[in-house]
Amino acid sequence: MYTFKQHSVLPGFNLALGFTLLYLSLIVLIPLSAAFVRTTALTWPEFWNAVTTPRVVASYRLTFGASFAAALVNAVFGLLVAWVLVRYRFPGKKMVDALVDLPFALPTAVAGIALTALYAGNGWIGQYFEPLGIKIAFTPIGVFVALTFIGLPFVVRTVQPVLEDIESELEEAAATLGANRLQTFLRVIFPTLLPALMTGFALAFARAIGEYGSVIFIAGNMPMVSEITPLLIITKLEQYDYAGATALAVVMLVISFVMLLIINLLQWWSRRRSVLA
Amino acid sequence: MSIEVRNLSKQFGDFAALRDITLEVKSGELLALLGPSGSGKTTLLRVIAGLEAADAGQVLFQGEDATGQHVRDRHVGFVFQHYALFRNMTIFENVAFGLRVRPRNFRPAGAEISRRVNELLKLVQLDWLADRYPHQLSGGQRQRIALARALAVEPQVLLLDEPFGALDARVRKELRSWLRRLHDDMHITSVFVTHDQEEALEVADRIVVMNEGRIEQIGTPDEVYERPASPFVYEFLGKVNLFHGRLHRGRAWIGGIEVDAPEHTEAEELAAVAYVRPHDIHVDKVANALNGKGAIAAHVSHILSVGPVVRLGLTRDDGEDKELIEVEISKERFRELQLTRGNQVFIKPSRLDLFPAQIH
Repeated sequence: MYTFKQHSVLPGFNLALGFTLLYLSLIVLIPLSAAFVRTTALTWPEFWNAVTTPRVVASYRLTFGASFAAALVNAVFGLLVAWVLVRYRFPGKKMVDALVDLPFALPTAVAGIALTALYAGNGWIGQYFEPLGIKIAFTPIGVFVALTFIGLPFVVRTVQPVLEDIESELEEAAATLGANRLQTFLRVIFPTLLPALMTGFALAFARAIGEYGSVIFIAGNMPMVSEITPLLIITKLEQYDYAGATALAVVMLVISFVMLLIINLLQWWSRRRSVLA
Repeated sequence: MSIEVRNLSKQFGDFAALRDITLEVKSGELLALLGPSGSGKTTLLRVIAGLEAADAGQVLFQGEDATGQHVRDRHVGFVFQHYALFRNMTIFENVAFGLRVRPRNFRPAGAEISRRVNELLKLVQLDWLADRYPHQLSGGQRQRIALARALAVEPQVLLLDEPFGALDARVRKELRSWLRRLHDDMHITSVFVTHDQEEALEVADRIVVMNEGRIEQIGTPDEVYERPASPFVYEFLGKVNLFHGRLHRGRAWIGGIEVDAPEHTEAEELAAVAYVRPHDIHVDKVANALNGKGAIAAHVSHILSVGPVVRLGLTRDDGEDKELIEVEISKERFRELQLTRGNQVFIKPSRLDLFPAQIH
């Protein structure tokens, strides 16, 4: 007979699974399905019109594009930061380690204001880019900068423990077999880190898609150029267009879910190839 | 290829891991570095491999100085205690790794790599596991794959760091006789580290006994077991009984027995320790059955009679040396004597080694 329940010395499978489902329903599923239900106030053509106006489509492009780019940059540099924190000893290491978490803890509005002040045309950093004809604040680049800032901890914190677990013997073994540093990294270390790196990437990406507070300050929010989808949703809410707002929310939800699902599948595939012994 | 180590020293902070080690490994020989943990044996192996740099001294391969050479360029095969297999690769890819990372003009073609890998997997009798991943293998299988991987690059020298240390007793026994046979077939100069004296005695051509960063003795298994050079080697290799006594001008008195000590003629009233192997002790129920002068009276405290050899634990009647004396006699002799617990017996070492007590 097939059964979900596996025999285990730990009791409480039924209770624990029941609670998990209830909890997820209350916290995640019910609010999300409310968004879907809300959109039923619209007919299909109305829904389609609401979610495909040029201004909305431009906002999708910016939100998902900038989030993806930011997550990618974080994957590369987050890996570097994690590497330095795990592999080297230097004075102030504990401080640097703590700094990584700051984007988690900082209210996003504070981050937004700080970044805007820095990157505006007359800001500390912005003033050097201004003569080059590069504007950062109030452009899509600014959005990208803010999303990179808030996504950093995710990659560092997921990669760090895995990197700590890699035995130095693996690298020594590769060296005795004649591999150089680059070959050792690409063939031995990186494939071992890949599942964790992808988790970190997915988390940073997901966080960036939903980010609102830090972006609206630095984005300038110009329609068609630097307007993110969450902002459009807020705008619609302020105009009491609840159905329109939830329609956008549903689209974001579906796209995000599909993307996370794909990343999870990729991750499952790469993890299957490198299960811990 | 022969290996020569000259005056190697290595310090880890305050801890001296190697103190002035000089050693030669002959071409084609299987050498064991034996010692307790912290004796420096693994450090020595890692310095030979180039995984660790010594503070002073030289390592020579085939007479050529390799001290400054990078581990990549030394062409040594290294086998780690915990296998260090690449877990993201199949068994096949693990073994092929050393060939695949070669510079393009030295890299064999794909078909040649497959042929060589399959040959090696056959050699370690695991060709049916080529498509598995390391986590799907048992410890013994993993270590054999690690060995195949090390051999794939055709190393001049094979270095093994406690290769069987993480395996259970039965697999360990199996693998070490397999390693011996493999070495007899390939004749590759090999050095292996172990803390298991039985393993060293059974597998190695020669044994280097190390203690506290120094070499205590180098010799064949017979030499180090039968003629230990120091009390440390005596105690580390096999069971041994200690008898305290004294030395005076080439004579020694040990618990009522007087023996010649020709190598200690200059000794004047020295306290001495005699080391006696359990199988080098005569046992009898009557004192005068033992020829020569004197015997030590004792009582049988326990008897372990499983197997062909009977082990007796004896307590001395004269109250000296409180520790039990361990004696091994044949089952035949045991039946002859009809010993039971509590019997009085007389013992006399048939062979002993004397060391002045100060150095101990």
